[in-house]
Amino acid sequence: MPDLLEIVVKLALVAAAFAVLPLLVGQAEHKVMAHMQGRLGPMYAGAFHGWAQLVADGVKFAQKESVVPRAADRTVFKLAPAVAIVPYLLVLVVVPVGPDGQVALDLGLGLFFALAVMGVGVIGAIMAGWASANKYSLLGGMRVAAQLMSYELPMVFAASSVAMAAGTLSLSGIVEEWRWWWLPWQAVGAVVFFVAGLAELRRPPFDMPVADSEIIFGPYTEYGGLRFALFLLAEYAGIVVLCALTTVLFLGGWKGPFLNAELGWLWTLLKVFVLAFVVIWLRVTYPRMREDQLQKLAWAYLVPLSLGQLALTGVLKVALA
Amino acid sequence: MRDYFDSYAVVAVLLLLGCGIVAGALAANRMLRPHRPTPEKLTTYECGVDPVGGDWAQSYVRYYVFAYLYVVFAVDAVFLFPWATVFSAPGYGLTTLGEMFVFLGFLAAGLAYAGKKGVLSWV
Repeated sequence: MPDLLEIVVKLALVAAAFAVLPLLVGQAEHKVMAHMQGRLGPMYAGAFHGWAQLVADGVKFAQKESVVPRAADRTVFKLAPAVAIVPYLLVLVVVPVGPDGQVALDLGLGLFFALAVMGVGVIGAIMAGWASANKYSLLGGMRVAAQLMSYELPMVFAASSVAMAAGTLSLSGIVEEWRWWWLPWQAVGAVVFFVAGLAELRRPPFDMPVADSEIIFGPYTEYGGLRFALFLLAEYAGIVVLCALTTVLFLGGWKGPFLNAELGWLWTLLKVFVLAFVVIWLRVTYPRMREDQLQKLAWAYLVPLSLGQLALTGVLKVALA
Repeated sequence: MRDYFDSYAVVAVLLLLGCGIVAGALAANRMLRPHRPTPEKLTTYECGVDPVGGDWAQSYVRYYVFAYLYVVFAVDAVFLFPWATVFSAPGYGLTTLGEMFVFLGFLAAGLAYAGKKGVLSWV
């Protein structure tokens, strides 16, 4: 059964990527943020520039008491971190890293699947906000829901613009169709997709749902120990997934200046990490947006821009055909 | 058809794997962690003072109009995906492009109407 073996190896690789890449992004965030702010960041754990800081954090989290508030809805409260993190693992299965089947599962509906499953992760945060029975958590949960509803739409439009350009929904198929001149052609869509994705992940400057100065830590206020760590991990897994999807849809995935077939996976990884750097950079650079500014950005700018991108894609595609 | 279900079987296996990873981590946590609940520890956190009023507070859902708009637009957007894969196939071309502009026109008109009504601003 060579097929079965291949699937098992691929799933193991997906699980390994899911375990390692978010930690690399997290460690990069520690160090990049620190240097941008004129600090050193973690220097002690692991002796060399604090490389083992997140391992140490993990060991600490694993030993912490799990406190469920008396008033909380216990089942939902305990289930929420799993709902937040597992969808990002599922999305990774359809992300191609190289040509000729270097993808765990080349789903014909890959793009649709990725968008649908990515949206499920947000429900974990809403569940956490509701089940905590805490006013601040509830407000945070409501803000998460509002943010999802405003930003999902431009994200879907930007993604379908790429599907129109490529004429397929398979993520491998999209990268195969990709040409360098798609960069200017789909530039608006790329920016809209990336910004909307950041908002869906509630990354700064879109972190109003966890605004510490007004609602403590939003939906995660009552969480501690390993469940809190799972929420944090979900955020970094989300960054990896968003950067991978942006890479595959808009930046040509495994296609680089040379050696696409041999070094394809390296190009993919490189692009993902450059985008992850941009995510961290944006966090350090911009102040948090107010709730009304957040909604205005989505409805007054991103949705019209993505509709414009759809029109541009359609006209150029038909003109070229 | 068989291949179709086979590929989703892989997704199901990965879903189980993901649930297994989370459950395993929490099981390890259960064996390693202390368990010493006190009444104070189990109180709802409100910046250190005793909680005031009920736990599920009433609040005004300001964005319910966004929610309606989102549902309307998202249902439209789902139909974009099957259409996107065939719209430039031989024999379609200009007709489907015209249809696309009708579709975009509807969405833009709806958005402009909502904007004019003032429901897009968070008050």
